[in-house]
Amino acid sequence: METKVDAGAVLAIANRHEGSHGALIAMLEEIQELYGYLPEDALRLLARDTGRSLVDVYGVATFYRAFSLKPRGKHHICACVGTACHVRGAAQVVQEFERQLNIRAGETTEDGEFTLETVNCLGACALGPIVLVDGKYYSNVDPAGVKKIIKATITQQPAQQAESKAPAQRKRQLSASNM
Amino acid sequence: MEDTTTLTINGLEVTVDSSMTVLEAARYMGFPIPTLCHMDGLSPYGACRLCVVEIGEPPRSRLVSSCTYPVEPGLVVRTASTRVLRARKMILELLLASCPQSKTIQDLAAAHDVRQQRFRQEHEDCILCGLCVRMCEEQMMAKAIGFRGRGEKRSIGTPFDIKSEECRLCGGCIYVCPACQLRCTYNEPDKAICGGCANLSPPCIEKEGFDDMLCYMSPCVACEIQKPA
Amino acid sequence: MTPFNTMRHFKTYQANLCARAGKTRAIIVPAGTCGRASGAMKVVEALQKAMETAAPDGRLELRVTGCHGFCQMEPSVLAAPDGVFYPRVNPKDAERLIQAAAAGEIVEDLVWRDAQGKPVPLQKDIPFFARQKRSILGRNESVDPERVETYLESGGYSALLRALAKDPEWLVDQVKQSGLRGRGGAGFPTGVKWELLARQPLNGGKILVCNADEGDPGAYMDRSVLEGNPHSIIEGMLIGARATGATTGIVYVRNEYPLAIEHLHLALRQARDMDLLGQNILGAGMAFDIEVVEGAGAFVCGEETALIASIEGLMGQPRQRPPFPIQKGIGGKPTGINNVETWANIPVLIEMGAEKFAEVGAERNSGTKIFSLVGKIKNTGLVEVPMGITIKEIVEDIGGGPSSDAPVKAIQTGGPSGGCIPTSRFDLPIDYDSLSRAQSIMGSGGMIVMDANTCIVDVAKYFMAFLKDECCGTCFSCRKGTQRMYEILEDITEGRATVDQLDLLEELALVVKDTTLCGLGQTAPNPVLSTLRYFRDEYLEHIEQKRCPAGVCKALITYSINENCTGCHACVKACPTGAITGERKERHIIDPEKCTKCGTCRSVCRQNAVEVA
Repeated sequence: METKVDAGAVLAIANRHEGSHGALIAMLEEIQELYGYLPEDALRLLARDTGRSLVDVYGVATFYRAFSLKPRGKHHICACVGTACHVRGAAQVVQEFERQLNIRAGETTEDGEFTLETVNCLGACALGPIVLVDGKYYSNVDPAGVKKIIKATITQQPAQQAESKAPAQRKRQLSASNM
Repeated sequence: MEDTTTLTINGLEVTVDSSMTVLEAARYMGFPIPTLCHMDGLSPYGACRLCVVEIGEPPRSRLVSSCTYPVEPGLVVRTASTRVLRARKMILELLLASCPQSKTIQDLAAAHDVRQQRFRQEHEDCILCGLCVRMCEEQMMAKAIGFRGRGEKRSIGTPFDIKSEECRLCGGCIYVCPACQLRCTYNEPDKAICGGCANLSPPCIEKEGFDDMLCYMSPCVACEIQKPA
Repeated sequence: MTPFNTMRHFKTYQANLCARAGKTRAIIVPAGTCGRASGAMKVVEALQKAMETAAPDGRLELRVTGCHGFCQMEPSVLAAPDGVFYPRVNPKDAERLIQAAAAGEIVEDLVWRDAQGKPVPLQKDIPFFARQKRSILGRNESVDPERVETYLESGGYSALLRALAKDPEWLVDQVKQSGLRGRGGAGFPTGVKWELLARQPLNGGKILVCNADEGDPGAYMDRSVLEGNPHSIIEGMLIGARATGATTGIVYVRNEYPLAIEHLHLALRQARDMDLLGQNILGAGMAFDIEVVEGAGAFVCGEETALIASIEGLMGQPRQRPPFPIQKGIGGKPTGINNVETWANIPVLIEMGAEKFAEVGAERNSGTKIFSLVGKIKNTGLVEVPMGITIKEIVEDIGGGPSSDAPVKAIQTGGPSGGCIPTSRFDLPIDYDSLSRAQSIMGSGGMIVMDANTCIVDVAKYFMAFLKDECCGTCFSCRKGTQRMYEILEDITEGRATVDQLDLLEELALVVKDTTLCGLGQTAPNPVLSTLRYFRDEYLEHIEQKRCPAGVCKALITYSINENCTGCHACVKACPTGAITGERKERHIIDPEKCTKCGTCRSVCRQNAVEVA
């Protein structure tokens, strides 16, 4: 089930970044912010609007981890598997998530509720293992806490055991003032 | 007046055209250097690392791919030092472990005395040398296939793995592929370049779209063997 | 913000701000990403509220800053100018803290205490801080990243004013004399890089890049500088532009750092408003501006040529050198790339003077370096120390030793490109050269502490898994090599390997190192080679005895409950797979079929009854 892509929006995005540094990557980032992922039609439109071959656009879209070509779930679970977190048992936490949600890391549950991803370092190493769910940081997570986090996310109540601290992740101000 | 460069290859001082690469210069002088991802007429890519040579003087010497390294005045090159030979043998061992059915790779391995197989056997039909990509882009100007993904998940294929609108079914990609070079076994091998190979994996066309296609290709081992799930 | 179209104008404004600095009482809350994740904003809210009643007349200022470095103790509070440190603050104590700070007093029961319970109220006396030399992190304590006045107050942009009054050659010379080496990992002398760039013909315009891709997992010092003091980077790059003739600046920052990106955009707007960036900077005739380009999640893009490819909107594939980025970089133009920390050091060194800068640190390794001390260490956080300090000092004096009963086994430096150094070599000084001789690298400064419960083979396997996923995949030797190295390590951790495979691993590692095009592949074998060098026995134990001494490799361990069990049922409740059964007050049993070896039972058991063998 493909998302309906607004050709005008894609063209505007393409024009906004044309000729700038980062160009294609910045365009893809904006498209992903708009639709939650990179729909096939958007990539085709982008190739047409920028004059780049579809092979190039697709290549860049699949090279970088930040981009997803599949729609993401309603809730985005991001488990840090950086070295510091790994040494404190992050691998076990990821396995427990996989077991509970019945998916592998990088996949989305069939009902479209959860997407589970791993990330290679969030830069909050003192609090590892860290799990980021919909912008909310859970620190010092252990396998026993996984169930609670999932439950808390579904019911939108703060989990008891795992410390859920909202980092006030503000919206990024897109580069209106850039050059 | 010609623009020339003088460098030293295997102890021999040579003067060559400045536009040459070390590979071209070495071959010009008759020194053999194996290659896999290199082809005259296509831009050099430097992916297979078989053509590595040692440049500079120890302890600051290093290995570089000769197909991409331009000649420099005063450069010191050794095409068959111990380090180079050790590297080539290991790379060939790795290649053989991935792509055992390729005659090109088998021949190269034999020529370099690679006799052991210490890695777990795989049966891949692509070594990501990129010859097909460059053929499609540079010679055919189609750019129907390209690289996607990164690291061990890197692969070659068409965008979204569906039939490409740019592909003109020229079969050039199949022709240059070293991993499956002898798939075509029609009785006149020079002419047996069919444009609709159903055996190429990852598929660049949907098989169902070609009802009356005659395939002259005898299946190669790679696609016969089921990949483990 | 008014534009300053002359240097004199700006100098007066800045001097006024400096004059009033340090006179007000302030209560400071570090709120970088990790501070926020541990609840710093709740503390800020509580303090704000308490201030309305307890200190309403403006005699106390509440300042929210970036990371100070003692992450283990966050959310923390610092009372200035006395420098009283309060760890792990509870929002409930806000009022007491406000009252004390306003009056210049100390809340005794809330200060940091040492292992014996003795209170140590002043930050500078706390061992974690006492051994540091915080030229860069120290600034984070007073700068509010959203208010440029705070940067100016602490002397910000003085170095730029000095630089604008000098010749570019003098600037390059200063950086050379200082001995500053690139803080991103390779340690290339910055002054030499600048000199080479300055000599390049214009070729369409020179570019300066700030590499803020910080891909090493476990390293977050760049994040703390960007989040906490973005103007220091702008100032550094401005000085660089004056020295080399560059007119364009780019900060390439990884998209996993949203707060840093936000603060950077804000700081750039402020700088432009003040005529510190633009066509005619402070009326001195120099033109330079900076834009932000975001990464998209690729570790390899920390490598210079891959970074260039990424900025050009391509896949992050490294390129062969020569030509070097200095000669032909972004779009073929001369490009100078330096790490965040390197840029942050520039204003410091210009202000101090090259000679004084070179006095700190060790021979050929001058200045300070920020390390992220994480893992199985008591005091996790960021530490800034002079180069040449020994590993022992960092781990024991600053880090406070291991975080549990298990003794420290090794530290890992340099991220996935680095290696493990065992405790027997902890007398090594930390500098670029000593670490590479010990088969590791300084890298960006990540320092992961490992204890007896960390399996070294598992660590090598972890890094190889990381590298085979993050490498660009072009070079056959790297792509296949990392894959096969992982395969062998997996065989070892699952008890299938033979000793021959260990030799094969080493042989393969050396070929990957030799034949790959870029730094990623050339250093990818380091985790393997360094652990083989120092911990070969541990590898052999896995292979020959099929035993994992650290109790980590799942295929080689079993969890069981011994006679210490009192039947309290705690593990039964905690076990995620329901693998433990038993009656209350009776010794429990773990079903090996159901056990996933996650370790939860061991962490909840108070009787030390869970054994791993």
